[in-house]
Amino acid sequence: MMDGMRKIERDTAASDIKIQARSVQVFYGDTHAIKDVSVDILDKTVTAFIGPSGCGKSTFLRCLNRMNDTIDIARVQGDIHIDGDDIYDPSIDPVQLRAKVGMVFQKPNPFPKSIYDNIAYGPRIHGLARTKAELDEIVERSLRRGAIWDEVKDRLHEPGTGLSGGQQQRLCIARAVATEPEVLLMDEPCSALDPIATAQVEDLIDELRRNYSVVIVTHSMQQAARVSQKTAFFHLGNLVEYRETGQIFTNPEDARTESYITGRIG
Amino acid sequence: MTTFAFVALLCVSVLGYSLNRHAATRLRANGTRLHSVPAYHGLYSLLSTMVPVVTLIVTWLMLQGPLIDRFTMSGLPAGSLDSLDTGGRQLILAEIKSISRGRIFGDPEAWKVDAADRYVRMHAISGWVLLGTVIVASLGIVGFSRSRVAAEFRARHGVERITSGLMLFCSTIAIFTTLGIIAALLFESIRFFERVPIMEFFFGLNWEPQIPLREDQIAAEGAFGWIPVFLGTLVITVVALFLAVPVGLLSAIYLNEFAPSRLRAVAKPVLEILAGVPTVVYGFFAILVVAPAIRSFGATLGIPVSPNTALAAGTVMGIMLIPFISSFTDDALSAVPKSLRDGALALGATRAETVLNVLFPAAIPGIVGGILLAISRAIGETMIVVMAAGLIASLTVNPLDSVTTVTVQIVTLLIGDTSFDNPKTLAAFALGMMLFVVTLVINVFALRIVRKYREAYE
Repeated sequence: MMDGMRKIERDTAASDIKIQARSVQVFYGDTHAIKDVSVDILDKTVTAFIGPSGCGKSTFLRCLNRMNDTIDIARVQGDIHIDGDDIYDPSIDPVQLRAKVGMVFQKPNPFPKSIYDNIAYGPRIHGLARTKAELDEIVERSLRRGAIWDEVKDRLHEPGTGLSGGQQQRLCIARAVATEPEVLLMDEPCSALDPIATAQVEDLIDELRRNYSVVIVTHSMQQAARVSQKTAFFHLGNLVEYRETGQIFTNPEDARTESYITGRIG
Repeated sequence: MTTFAFVALLCVSVLGYSLNRHAATRLRANGTRLHSVPAYHGLYSLLSTMVPVVTLIVTWLMLQGPLIDRFTMSGLPAGSLDSLDTGGRQLILAEIKSISRGRIFGDPEAWKVDAADRYVRMHAISGWVLLGTVIVASLGIVGFSRSRVAAEFRARHGVERITSGLMLFCSTIAIFTTLGIIAALLFESIRFFERVPIMEFFFGLNWEPQIPLREDQIAAEGAFGWIPVFLGTLVITVVALFLAVPVGLLSAIYLNEFAPSRLRAVAKPVLEILAGVPTVVYGFFAILVVAPAIRSFGATLGIPVSPNTALAAGTVMGIMLIPFISSFTDDALSAVPKSLRDGALALGATRAETVLNVLFPAAIPGIVGGILLAISRAIGETMIVVMAAGLIASLTVNPLDSVTTVTVQIVTLLIGDTSFDNPKTLAAFALGMMLFVVTLVINVFALRIVRKYREAYE
């Protein structure tokens, strides 16, 4: 575990606040899933959300790009600002918001299209490329950023569903970065992957920090320790503790955090 | 007597069940570990009694009638059947049977009354023997089953074997029925092709199945080319699909992707009611509402429209197919994993873009399968076209003309007095055969496509 903490000493000082959430409440029907959560997420930083199953970390993540809108019974209250803009303001189009806040899901979900079309889908619908050459360039750049270019460059027109699980997940990350988002949300991106693929994706996340604000939900505390600079611990819908990753793992303030990271609850 | 036999069987089987069950329970109470729980021992006795004895009763009842008939006829006084053909013999048998039921017309000969007496007696004897056999056989099996109850006896395996045998039997019923239908169609079609050249049927452009029944009748010689009839079916099917495919697809997409859940909760059942409307009611709708409407609309435009248009029949058939296509589309869209939908939305795709670029391509095999099944339904649909389409086979593709269909022709050929040595009647079987082949081919294609699509996501 200590070996896994090699990245936590990195600097986080030079970061600005990218996402500011204040008193966020989420209800699923009668269930109060998120209770009064306030958090500041920094730019060019990897922020990890940890906590036991059902604690609301994924729900909160899905508030940040308004994916909860697609669930009929979900209601979100409170303020979430990205770069100072209230994303729940009626003037905000969730479609444009989602182009700016990319998301990678728990299970790799490539479209049943070719590798090329998977990446080109976002740029096409948002009109990011005027010519075929520009699109080709975006596809190559995104695949390189997704650390999968070398593996797929000779078979761009084969179906994306034919790749291995780890490759599919990196393809999905490449697809998410192809629309040039500013924030990348990752909902347990490694839970369906084997250790080797997990290591590749984790290296990639560290790489992505240079350009994006990355928020990652994870079940694995080792993973949070390895890739993140800031960690938030959720429990029963509450944000219990939110601090530097190194501090939260070595010197937790709250008794619940300590119980969780030492394996007594969860 | 048959009822008594069944009641006896039921009583003995239940007795066997409780005997075995109690025996097994007692064994267990003595501290023995049983392989099967007591209920399985009981069921083993019940099933192994029921299955063979019911088979016995059914076989007995099937053989009893013809055998007794034969004995009755062979017991008649010598010479009474001389110089009679099959029909005459059957008449005499029928008379004897009606006398045996007490319905006596006129003054029957004494030997017929004797024969009727013997007929009644034989039935009574058969009944008693059946009852006796059933009781003996079932008691024997119950006793044997009882003797097998033991700790290590695998009653559960026995029950499972018998049950899976029963299931196998049930599943073969449909298959054998299909084979029987094919055989019947094939047999009559061959008789048709003995009378009408096969080339004329397949490539003839005329369909006038009027055959003179008597020598003095003046009628056409009869022409049996199926092309105009099948063309009529095609025209109506195409009209129906032109309506049903877009409406069904779009309504399914709307309900699946865009409709608020409350609207969906109302609209989906309503759409399914449409699927439950009897086709004969659709037929009323076609002749009373749609056909006159099309006709008067044509009149205002100055286009001549015949009263029984392919358009009217096809439109109503299309309405019938809407719920069919929309429920298939709905299933196909719902089967696309939610993760794909989320993936597209999270990239900033609108709902419409998600449906068009991601969901629809993923669901297309299922949708195509649904459309093919709808086509084979349209081709085989009978009641609407009998009521709303015409009777005269004309070689046209104009939907404003009157056309006839394969199913309509089959119905008209078989209505009324028919004799089964006449090409006019036999033609119905040839048409039925072709219909069967066409829909079979389409269904096979549809099922292949649907299956291929299932493999993609599971």
